[in-house]
Formats: sequence, structure tokens, C-alpha cells
Amino acid sequence: MATTVHEPPKSPADCLPSQGSGNGGWRNLVPADGEMWRVKDYSPPPASTGIWVGLASITMTFAAFTSALVVRQGSPNADWRHITLPPVLYLNTFVIIASSITLEIARRRVATFMGGLKDRVEKPARWLYATLLLGVLFVAGQTYAWLQLKAQGFGIATNVSYSFFYVLTVAHALHLMGGLGGLTRVIMKLSKSVLRRSTLDATSRYWHFMGVLWVYLLFLLWMKL
Amino acid sequence: MHDMSSPAAHHGAPTSFIRKHVFSLDHKVIGKQYYALALLAALIGMALSWIMRIHLGWANFAIPGLHFLSSTGAPGNVLTPEYYLQLMTMHGTIMVFFVLTTAPFAAFGNFFLPIQTGAEDMPFPHFNMMSFWVTFVGFWVLIASFFVGDGPTLGGWTQYAPLSAIGSVGGPGQGIGVVLWATSIAIFCVGQLLGSLNFITTTLDMRCRGMSLMRLPLTAWAWFITSVMGLTAFAVLMPACILLILDHVAGTSFFVASNLVINDQVLPHSGGSTLLWQHLFWFFGHPEVYIAIVPGMGIVSHVLITNMRKPMLSHRVLIYSFAALAALSYMVYGHHMFVSGMNPISSLAFSFPTLVITIPSTIIVLMWLGSLYGSKLRINSASLFSLGFVSMFISGGVSGFFLAQPSIDIMLHATYFVVGHFHLVMGVAAMFGIFAGTYFWFPKMTGRMMNETLGKVHFWLSFVGAYCIFMPFHYLGIAGNVRRYQAFTDDYLIPLIPVHKFITIAALVTGFAQLIFVYNLIYSRFKGAPATDNPWEGTSLEWSTATPPPHKNFGDKMPVVYHDPYQYSIEGASTDYVMQTSPEKVINPKEEK
Repeated sequence: MATTVHEPPKSPADCLPSQGSGNGGWRNLVPADGEMWRVKDYSPPPASTGIWVGLASITMTFAAFTSALVVRQGSPNADWRHITLPPVLYLNTFVIIASSITLEIARRRVATFMGGLKDRVEKPARWLYATLLLGVLFVAGQTYAWLQLKAQGFGIATNVSYSFFYVLTVAHALHLMGGLGGLTRVIMKLSKSVLRRSTLDATSRYWHFMGVLWVYLLFLLWMKL
Repeated sequence: MHDMSSPAAHHGAPTSFIRKHVFSLDHKVIGKQYYALALLAALIGMALSWIMRIHLGWANFAIPGLHFLSSTGAPGNVLTPEYYLQLMTMHGTIMVFFVLTTAPFAAFGNFFLPIQTGAEDMPFPHFNMMSFWVTFVGFWVLIASFFVGDGPTLGGWTQYAPLSAIGSVGGPGQGIGVVLWATSIAIFCVGQLLGSLNFITTTLDMRCRGMSLMRLPLTAWAWFITSVMGLTAFAVLMPACILLILDHVAGTSFFVASNLVINDQVLPHSGGSTLLWQHLFWFFGHPEVYIAIVPGMGIVSHVLITNMRKPMLSHRVLIYSFAALAALSYMVYGHHMFVSGMNPISSLAFSFPTLVITIPSTIIVLMWLGSLYGSKLRINSASLFSLGFVSMFISGGVSGFFLAQPSIDIMLHATYFVVGHFHLVMGVAAMFGIFAGTYFWFPKMTGRMMNETLGKVHFWLSFVGAYCIFMPFHYLGIAGNVRRYQAFTDDYLIPLIPVHKFITIAALVTGFAQLIFVYNLIYSRFKGAPATDNPWEGTSLEWSTATPPPHKNFGDKMPVVYHDPYQYSIEGASTDYVMQTSPEKVINPKEEK
């Protein structure tokens, strides 16, 4: 696959193997007598598969944290204390949702740009910068929440509710910072005209997943802590 | 979000020494690096087992030089009880993580999965390189615990809470030792997650023309299924390790209950769940034993087929059985916790799938035996070790039937019976899989043949030796010999000491037999007879490329696959075997449609 902003033209759907992925889809066997005309070239970009694999792994990690929270809450002699979440978290939620919206706008604009309609789309990176800014704002908001709690004397060891609060929010923020790195990379590649569509799509999926994950975590923290 | 999208094909041939041999992006070099790391780890793990075995046979025997390892742990060159446990923990951790996971899965998988799928490389070579180097760092973090504070942790490779979470009040190595252990394992998890990501994507997306999923060799399937297990299991162990580290360094109480008194000290923790660690650990831990064994099953099937000159009775049934093992491995983990105080109904619930998992295991074994029946097996080191694998897996597996039942397990759980069971079924068997893979693929990896005579001597000494070591463990367990004791002073245990002495002698002899293997490996690497491209007359893609494979594996021309992976003894074909890349038309009613 060439490293240009233009994807190679996709084969029409009826030329693709009817099932499966890669060149060796289920029904895409090369006949033993070598009739190669029956074989079509099609291979999904590995980033498309890879991002789902990565997200599955991250899902398992947060599922493990969640089950730890549930089991820990149900342990005998429970010292579970209700805590009030810092209000800035709700503002952060709006920020991360907004960042997903800006990224989606950016993705569509870049797609149009890549499709050759450069005259109709000016500065497609603008919305990517907006997403990046909102992402940084989210991390800053989370940091503000941690500092605020710390100033009030609530540390990770204060009680188990705070322990889980810090663990879950920090783990999410670290994953989100990976997404910021990915966005930066997308912007750099776009500016050098070497961005591939699959890279942008994979990064978008990761970013949206971070948003969904945050909404889930907020719900979990709000409900359980 | 690193280089998610750079296709493997785009990294050029390396030129500098560093890029070629150290920070290489080439999956073949990374595979060899994993192998070297596993070999080093195996030698360290084996040396630790020797020290423990000598101590168990002759409790007051001074092992010369042992005090250099730890002056407090081995004053006068004799192990203290605590240091025995510390060595035991390190033996288990090193062997399970850095040998049984890295060698059959990461080492051989890295080298051969892309070749067998017909790919030029893994799709994310930077992740692949990071995977090895992260694992490498994890290994040395673990080894560092020998030399920091009062030595490595003594909590066993399972690191049960609360002992693992209470800090140095729990004994030597329970402070910084546990923190280093948990850090090492968390790092290791990152490495394996990156590896699994590459393995899964390679299998799904990087296959060459004509390579349908069912045309993948059994080894590729085994690595693929293992990587799916790795992706989910290591993703759970990592957060568990993070919580454990926080209990140490941040004063949290995830795993330590309230008002716990250790050594006359009331611990400051409150409300933690001791069972939580076991749930998180074994949710990883049971799939982990399949992560160790399934690649071996794939390797053994692959080697046996090549040497039987006929495919397995059913390619698909074997693949489905591997997948069934993987799926069931998540539902059985509670059988490690029958004596933990878990609800008895939970025990029953975990006992049932544990018995069910014997069905795919048995199907796999019957496939091997049924296919071997009547075949004219070519006897060489690789096929002998494959037979040894089958033997060990059956012998170790049979005792699993007993342990799967809570009523019997409660009696046997803390005895040598369990130690014998898991050493045979996933320790020695997996090692035999590694050996089979090494003798089989060494020519392709290095371009030279290994010495067959030395290989056979190595096999017979290892085969007889392993049985001499681990069969008596079962007898000891039934006699009530508890595990994790460093000396046997109880009346009922004293008569069993001669059995331990026998085991120790067997362990030393078997251990020295492994040095024959190491010698063979090093000697053959430099002085072995040159290997042809296809010395075993195999059919899968690794045998259709040069020996050793060039950069990008197949040169500039990508392979096209026309056949199932195992076309042997086909009537009407010009040779005994038809390679996957051969366009020759063969009439085989069994070929996948």
C-alpha cells in the first residue's frame, strides 16, 4: 500500500472474496490447476484488525478492574465508604464527548480531502487540532480533580473507594494519553501527506472507545462509590 | 498508538549491527532472541531446582559456593527454610513465564508464524521488537530481586494474598521482593500483549494468496489460539499486579483484610479481599497453562505428521479441540481454589467444566494415537520428543481426573501429587514440545543440522529421567507428603526421605542430560552439517523458502498456496509429498473444499 494520502482504489464489492479476511478467505482457495483468475487480491489493512484486538485487550483490563471493585465491595468487614465525585468530572465528560464529535468531523473531512476533493475541503487538520486540544483539556480536567481531592486530604489510601477512584481514572487517563500520541501522529502524517486512511480510522476508533470507556467508568464510579 | 499501520513489507533489510541483531524488526531475529532468553531462563530455573532437590534429599548438605548467592539465605552454604521458599518461587516464576510461555509461543511463533502464513513479516514490527525488549527487561527486573534487600519473594509463583501484600513483615523478600516480582510480571504482560496483537493480526490479515484459515498448519492454529488466550489472560494479570504493587507502595487495602496480625503486629490495612487476588490470578493462571501447552500440541502434531508421512485423522477436529481447550480454560480456573474457602457450590460449578475439558484433551490424544497407529514413523530426535510429549501429556493428564473432583482434591491439593501432575502435564510436556520444535526447526533457523545421535541420547535420558523424577511425586502425594516443606522432620515423612533422595539423583542426571542439548545446540550452530531447504521433506511454507529464510522470508516473490498443509502419501503424485506451494494437481478426496 503506497504511503500517500490516496488509498488505492478499493475493488467493487462483487470482486471481493465472499467471506473471510486476507487473501485466503474461506472461499478464496487457489485451485490446484492454477487458475489464478479466480483469486482476487484483497487484504484489509492490519491496523483495522489490530485496533479491535487492542481494544479487546483494554476491555479485558477494565473488566478485571471492575470485577475487582465488585468483589472488593462485597468482601466481609467491608470498609466501603460513599464518596462524592469531584464535579469537574461531569464537565470532563462533556469535553471528551465533544472531542469525539470533532474527531468524527475531522475524519469525514480528511476522507473527502483524500478522495481528491481538495478544493472543497480546506485545512482538514483543523478539527484534528480541536480534538487534540479537547483531549489535553480532558487530561487537565482529570488532573484538576486529583489535585482537588488531594488538597482535601483524600489520597489513594484514604479508603478503598478512593483507591478504586484513583486506579480507574489514572488507568483511563494513561490509555487516553496513548490516544493523544496517536492523534499527534495522525496530524504529523497528514501534514506530510503520508497519512493512510486505515491509520486515521484506527486512531478514531481508539479515541471513540476511550470516550465510551470514560462514560462507563463514570457510571460505575457514580453508582458504586 | 504507535506505528499501527506500517505494513511489515515496508521495513527494509537492516544494515547496521544494532538494527540487525539487537533492536531488530525482523520477526526471525526476534524469535531467536526469545529463544535465547528462554534458554538462559531455563538454565537458571533448572539450577534453582537442583539446589532445592539437593536440599530436600540431604537437608544439611553444604552446596559449595551457595553463600555467594545469598549470605543470609544460605549461611554455611546450607539453605535456610525461607531461602528454600524464595528459590522455589523464582523457579516457578522463571519457568512458567520466561520459559514455557516465551519458548513455544513467543520464540517459535515469532519465527515461524509469518512464514507459515506466507507473510513477509508481522504487521506491526515495532510492537514486535518492543514485545521482546519489554520481556527482556521484565526478566532482569525479576532476577534483580536476588540481589536487592533480603532476596526474592517467598510467596510462590501464585503469590497468594495476604502473604504477598503485607510487606516485609511477612518474611524475607516480601517487601521489595514482591514489588519487583509484580513489576516484572506486569512488564511481561505488556510484552505478551504486544506479541499477541501481532500474532492475531498476522494470522487474520497477512496470509498469502490461497492460504485459507483451514489451510494453515496446526502450529499456526495453535499459536493463533494461544495468542487469543494471551490477549485476554495477560490483560487481567496486569491490573492484578498493579493492585498488588499499590498495596505495597501506596498503602491501599485491596488484598489485606482488617485487623490482620502478623508476627505480633496489627497491620494497618482494612477490609481487603484475600480471595480477590486468587480470582484475578487464576483467571489468568489457568489459561496460562494452556498458553504453555497448546503451542506444544501444535508443534508435536506438525512434527508427527511430517514424520508419519500422513495427515492427522482430522485436521478440523484437532483445530476445534484446541479452540475448545482455549474456551473452556476460562471456565475452570476455580479448580485451583477448591481449598480456598470458596463457596462449595462454586467448587461444584468449577468442577464440572474441569471434567468437561478432559474431552477435547482426550480427543487430541486419541487423534495422535489413532494417526500414529499403523504409520511408519521416521524415528529422529524431533519425532522421539513428540512421542515423549504425548506420553507425558497422558501420564500427567490422567492424574487430572482425580484432582478435578473437590472431594479428592481437598486431600491431595497441598501434596506432591499436584506437583507431579502439573510438572508432567504442562512442565515436562511443554519442554518436550520445545525440544521437538528445536530439533525439527533448527536446520531452518540456522542453516545447519543438529547432531542426531546426541539428540537421541538427550531424549532417552530426559524421557526416563523425567518419569523417574515426577512419577514418585504422585506416590509421595498419596502418602501425604506435603509440598513447600524444605525438610521432612515429621514422623510420617521421615520414611519418605529415601524417595526424595532417589528423585534428587534422577533430577541431577536428567539436568546434566540437558547440558548435552545445550552443547549440541551450540556445536551444531557453528559446526553442524549444512542443511538443505527441506531436510524433513515437509509440505508447509517454511520448507518452501531458502534455509535460513532471507529477509522478507520468500525473497521478492510471494508464495501462492494450492493445497492443504499436509499432503503426504498422495496417490498419483510424483513424490511422497506435495508442498502447499506446488501447483501440481492431486486427487485427494480429503482435501478441504
